Amino acid sequence: MPKDHGIGASPKRREDLRFLTGNGNYTDDINLYGQTYVHFLRSDVAHGRLNKVDTAAAAAMPGVVRIFTGADFAGVGGLPCGWQVTDKHGQPMQEPGHPVLAQGKVRHVGDPIAAIVAETYEQARDAAEAIVLDIEELPAVIDMKAAVKDGAPKVHDELTSNLCYDWGFVEENKAAVDEAFKSAAHVTTLELVNNRLVANPMEPRVAVGDYNRSTDESTLYTTSQNPHVIRLLMGAFVLGIPEHKLRVVAPDVGGGFGTKIFHYAEEAFCTFAARQLKRPVKWTSTRSEAFMSDAHGRDHVTKIELALDKDNNFTALRTETYANMGAYLSTFAPSVPTWLHGTLMAGNYRTPLIYVNVKAVFTNTVPVDAYRGAGRPEATYQLERVIDKAARELGVDPIKLRRQNFITQFPYATPVAVEYDTGDYVATMDKLEQIADLSGFAARRKASEAKGKLRGLGVNCYIEACGIAPSNLVGQLGARAGLYESATVRVNATGSISVMTGSHSHGQGHETAFPQVIAEMLGIDESMIEIVHGDTAKGPMGMGTYGSRSLAVGGSAMVRATEKIINKAKKIAAHLMEASDADIEVKDGKFHVAGTDKSVAWGDVTLAAYVPHNYPLEDIEPGLEETAFYDPSNFTYPSGAYCCEVEVDPDTGRVTIERFSAADDFGNIINPMIVSGQVHGGIGQGIGQALLEGCVYDDNGQLLTGSYMDYAMPRASDVPFYTVDHSCVTPCTHNPLGVKGCGEAGAIGSPPAVVNAVIDALHSAGKTHVTHIDMPLSPNRVWAAMNA
Amino acid sequence: MYNFEFVRPTTIADAVAALGHEGAQALGGGQTLLPTMKQRLASPEKLVSLTGIAEMQGVCISDDGHLCIGGATPHAVVAREAAKHYPALAGLASHIGDPAVRNRGTIGGSLANNDPSACYPSAALGSGAVIVTNTRRIAADDYFQGMFTTALQDGEIITEVRFPVPEKASYQKFEQPASRFALVGVFVAKYADGVRVAVTGASEEGVFRWSEAEAALSKSFTADALNGLTVPADGMIGDLHGSKEYRAHLVGVMTKRAVAAAA
Repeated sequence: MPKDHGIGASPKRREDLRFLTGNGNYTDDINLYGQTYVHFLRSDVAHGRLNKVDTAAAAAMPGVVRIFTGADFAGVGGLPCGWQVTDKHGQPMQEPGHPVLAQGKVRHVGDPIAAIVAETYEQARDAAEAIVLDIEELPAVIDMKAAVKDGAPKVHDELTSNLCYDWGFVEENKAAVDEAFKSAAHVTTLELVNNRLVANPMEPRVAVGDYNRSTDESTLYTTSQNPHVIRLLMGAFVLGIPEHKLRVVAPDVGGGFGTKIFHYAEEAFCTFAARQLKRPVKWTSTRSEAFMSDAHGRDHVTKIELALDKDNNFTALRTETYANMGAYLSTFAPSVPTWLHGTLMAGNYRTPLIYVNVKAVFTNTVPVDAYRGAGRPEATYQLERVIDKAARELGVDPIKLRRQNFITQFPYATPVAVEYDTGDYVATMDKLEQIADLSGFAARRKASEAKGKLRGLGVNCYIEACGIAPSNLVGQLGARAGLYESATVRVNATGSISVMTGSHSHGQGHETAFPQVIAEMLGIDESMIEIVHGDTAKGPMGMGTYGSRSLAVGGSAMVRATEKIINKAKKIAAHLMEASDADIEVKDGKFHVAGTDKSVAWGDVTLAAYVPHNYPLEDIEPGLEETAFYDPSNFTYPSGAYCCEVEVDPDTGRVTIERFSAADDFGNIINPMIVSGQVHGGIGQGIGQALLEGCVYDDNGQLLTGSYMDYAMPRASDVPFYTVDHSCVTPCTHNPLGVKGCGEAGAIGSPPAVVNAVIDALHSAGKTHVTHIDMPLSPNRVWAAMNA
Repeated sequence: MYNFEFVRPTTIADAVAALGHEGAQALGGGQTLLPTMKQRLASPEKLVSLTGIAEMQGVCISDDGHLCIGGATPHAVVAREAAKHYPALAGLASHIGDPAVRNRGTIGGSLANNDPSACYPSAALGSGAVIVTNTRRIAADDYFQGMFTTALQDGEIITEVRFPVPEKASYQKFEQPASRFALVGVFVAKYADGVRVAVTGASEEGVFRWSEAEAALSKSFTADALNGLTVPADGMIGDLHGSKEYRAHLVGVMTKRAVAAAA
């Protein structure tokens, strides 16, 4: 019988009551006395020299408080980049400045030029129209390969070229990899595009800056996945405000998907302007602004080659990728195509020799950074597509080819510098074959063909490195931050508990799942435990939520802090029962003396901690509050196998997803319902990328997909009912919960399954000339490929 | 959005008078106009809402058997009330946009705007409907004059649209993946005196009649009658959702499907 509480139970998400009844407290719900509104005047050209910004007429408009331009930020730092990549020659990446408001040049459509602060939002917009800009338009560079050619216009005049870095991984292996290709029995080559995406969280970004004149404290309310990181980046590197005078609050946040990790100009602006004006300053992004100011995702152009021996064993893998950085380096942009991508190129396979080359390129487009999966979907997509292509070329079953090359011994050190601690790729593939009913596919294909449709089946595996940490490793790889997590467990006198976590929930259900862990450890009711997050004034320094790290890293910190609580509480209980603390056991919310019927209740112990009349004051302090910082020794490595079945309408090229099955190994599971929900959402985003979404610029750098009229988001009717299973469990070996993380898996594992399925469908109708179609597989693209 | 005045007259005469002022603009359901105003791409000084005029609301059958729809009737009402009289038209209305759009957007607003990807123009042209305004009756064949262009004069209001009810009809829409407007939509209607085929979404000239298909279908109302017929890609819309060639191809596919569904 399933558990009804604690680890492994699926209580409904407690936070949903306020979200679904309109009682959430989002940043845009925050309105402060004396608040002003800012509108950003943004560049409508992709590249231009900013000769003059004349604000005189606009400043005299009704309601205008003040207009800021780049000149106002001359003495202020630019937006910092949090990761430095070293290129294949040992040189640091080219790192251009990133001003809060444009200085000298504009570099993408949407680049903020001026900020108009007014009494109302509409007055700010009115005044923006009265600003006279003198912009000398320059040729824009949009295509990455064109951008790195000699003589290409430079996005940043002070850099030597548009090449941010040329990264080789592992550079020392290159010669051996090249040699292996020469002796290969078969080489499969595939060129593909990982399409640029716009994250589109339901809640657009919002920032409210506030300044307290009596305490000299600044507060920023913002839509962030990591308020402490924003406090550090903005305080130390942009505005020069020490942590004790700067508070960052990220209240309820309506979806992040990576794009709310980064420190944005609008956050720094609102904080800065509130100090200048001594009034709160609020910015609420419109959806149109989000398209041109939120960091985009993906945007890789890759050539991948797979070498096999005569027995179809993978012998070597070689890739060359162009990765778009956009016009500036967003906070973690350099890490995505390198350390979050190159290190995953082994996938689930024993390929002994791997070389990954990545050229990161500046273009006149919106900055590109982490988006759900961040580097790992790009790695998985190219690897699982080239394996599928190889299977077709060799005439072997694609599942058999994968199985033959699976890693089966753990721990496994890959040739791309990571060590998988556990996994069982055979088990997840076995599970997939069962839940996807592969044996029934032939009959389903026949039924589709009877309706005039082509049916295809695509399978792929994935591996990801998540639980992003450990600090010493990421430090060696160029991270300018630590990646631990913190938790403070504050037990109150009556036994209720507040847990301050550095993780941030913006849809993940932490407020429900985290108490399940502590309730299990203490044997008390989950309703006694409250999760507090999203406010730098309330909890210790934390690194936030991304990279499927909250439970693996933040949850582990919580476990460590709770262990400290238990140790101290045992001492108090032992004192109350005049026993030895070594004999105390915690069970069902009581402290028992082992082997006796003596016990004290949780509440008696907690009360004693705060009313220490009968208390071992000579040994321990009053109170019951503990903090732990947890920094793991390795990433975690969730893995799985996915299967997609599609129907293709041969007359129109339209693809519909008929079935989708996912067998994941996430290690131990705390709340299976929430895990299923995370997988569902991830697959939905993956299907979006595979079939619908694509951010497109024209040659002049104008955003052609600047709204939902042209940027296709997946809707409920675009996705099927999923079959998901996470019963294959190989617990993580190095964190106390044995958990691996599940937030990104669906988005990583699903795009190749969809594309593999479409290619399979076309081949079933004899369209064997179609070996690849770039995402999104729009009806037009599929039809054109069929009829090429 | 810029400031504007708003009036909601209750008679056609008052609406016409209000629209006589410079800078006045008629407002149907606002599903195109209001987003445009919010983006500051339109700045009418005065909006004259047509939704308060009782005689411009609703669906009825005239004595001569026409289905008559008031110009300010929302799509959802047409979907509901025209269903038993003209199912193909009601079906078209029931698939425009989403429920919010269908409960605000009006038939008159759609026809007055004549968006090249809108559904209603194909029904009006494909049915040989009559566009009734406050001053005259305009045959659909004379009404549509290219993308966002119609025979309407400044200040002229669509008060009613009169549809001859066909023996058989069907509308088949292939949706643009993002907007779900028609990438190509084909309305086929079979009348005693012949078949009409109107295509929306496809042409740079807006909605058009495919005369070759009409001739073939008037002889034999079967999908096979269309075999070998194609529309030229030249003149089709080409954009990131569909090339000219793809749209031209879809015109054929959707026409066949419409005939198959109607027959």
